[in-house]
Amino acid sequence: MNVNLPFHKRKERLNLFQTLFGKKKNIKVSSSEMNIEMCPHCSTAIESQALKAQQYVCAQCNHHFPLSAYERIDAHFDADSFIEIYAKANSNQLSSFPDYLNKLTKYKKQTDLNEAVVVGTARIANQKVALAIMDSRFMMGSMGQIVGEKITRIIELADRRKYPLIIFTASGGARMQEGILSLVQMAKTSAALERFHQNKGLYISILTHPTTGGVSASFAMLGDIIVAEPKALIGFAGRRVIEKTLQEQLPEDFQSAEFLKAKGFVDKIVHRGSLRTFLIQILKLHSTEVKV
Amino acid sequence: MKNLSAWERITIARSQNRLKALDLIPYLFDHFVEFHGDRLYGDDRALVGGLGSFEGQAVTVLAQSKGRNLEENLSCNFGMLHPEGYRKAMRLAKQAEKFNRPIITIIDTAGAYPGKEAEERGQAEAIAQCLRLFAQIKVPVIAMVLSEGGSGGALALSVANKIYMLENAVYSILSPEGFASILWKDETRAKEAAELMECTAFDLHAKAFIDRIIEEADQGLEANPLHSIVQIKDAIRQDLSALKKMKLNVMLEQRYQKFRKMGSQL
Ligand SMILES: [Zn+2]
Repeated sequence: MNVNLPFHKRKERLNLFQTLFGKKKNIKVSSSEMNIEMCPHCSTAIESQALKAQQYVCAQCNHHFPLSAYERIDAHFDADSFIEIYAKANSNQLSSFPDYLNKLTKYKKQTDLNEAVVVGTARIANQKVALAIMDSRFMMGSMGQIVGEKITRIIELADRRKYPLIIFTASGGARMQEGILSLVQMAKTSAALERFHQNKGLYISILTHPTTGGVSASFAMLGDIIVAEPKALIGFAGRRVIEKTLQEQLPEDFQSAEFLKAKGFVDKIVHRGSLRTFLIQILKLHSTEVKV
Repeated sequence: MKNLSAWERITIARSQNRLKALDLIPYLFDHFVEFHGDRLYGDDRALVGGLGSFEGQAVTVLAQSKGRNLEENLSCNFGMLHPEGYRKAMRLAKQAEKFNRPIITIIDTAGAYPGKEAEERGQAEAIAQCLRLFAQIKVPVIAMVLSEGGSGGALALSVANKIYMLENAVYSILSPEGFASILWKDETRAKEAAELMECTAFDLHAKAFIDRIIEEADQGLEANPLHSIVQIKDAIRQDLSALKKMKLNVMLEQRYQKFRKMGSQL
């Protein structure tokens, strides 16, 4: 232990080590000083570098922390293989809706993103794929016109180039500030997927926390293979709306990935640490079958 | 009637004595026979599907039904479909495709039913499959918004070559109450929200989402339904005739492009 640190610092660090080695459950350190993240599920304190090394999954309880779009790309795809397209597309000119522009500006600053989805091509074990990754930090991952159009264009690109398509969903639903234009993106993306489907394209849909509303009721649920991250919230209507309609409390696991798998709507729940291996295996199994 | 506020139109569209799908069907279609069930789980009364004759031509009718009295309202969940409703619609749409008959849908729903069992049986999956199926179904599809079109639950039956809206019908991403509750955390400001939402037939015609506005009589749709029925029949006759003359791939491309073009700039 570094004796040059002031006493309270040494005390904090001691607490931290005790926590990491499971001797003590609660510590009082400010996360900014020590770069500690608290698992929201089991309250274990995890040192930031360690958390990053374990792909933002809590080693104690398997809680999957939210990932940004670029963190997912780094976690699962070949290094430096991602080529982003339409990165600058943004919704600025779209809506005269009160305060919408301010909100967009705020989220852009907060996230360094221009919209709630990142699209492009990447390689995984050298296999080229078309990729769309939603980022729930940007306005709850809501789908407006730009999100719908970027996803439609990446589906069309996959179709033209005969690439497998992988979409990571994370969304609270349609973006209400854009009104009908937002709603019709559900139809547009689904129609593009139907054409891709008829042309025998492979689409793997990966549902991450949360996947609800208009995104769940369109491209999220249309994968040839539908995978979910553990404990991800997946559903159409919001829990509060349902509870209000029925005047009853819903079970805790309602609309969890595990619940959807039990009900038959998800093929497999894949731990983040195994996802790359899983994707490589699925792509290999399809590579011999899609010969034209 | 053109100077009503959005909220006034919503009030008209939702009123209990407004014409419902079950009232409209006999005006438009002869020899209507209703078919039941999705062949998977059950029969959703919120989706009335079947076969009828439009001016001598067999068509498949898929109508969201709110019910005309309290008993009917309850039996069909006030027009809010469960997954089996969307799956019934898909079953009958595939049947229409097999026998090469056009599909006419009637939209009247506040949204898909937000319930425990609806989620358990895959509300999201059912709507998504519906959107995908109608995108490429190989017969002409015409959708008519009778009163209320709410969220993905309405959109699932709106993927059509042509969409009509009655003059006082509304169509929106969610209810004005839901909108107000998200925006201001206050459901009681629904009236204010309605004016912001651009949800009237005139708004949606300007945005090229719908193709025709069906005028309602000054004394009201229920007082003089024929005023609107005549226009609906003219519209269906003209559009079906044009769509049937198209080559199949042209007809499918027309429907695809109708949605593909909505917000296609980046
Ligand atoms: Zn944990």
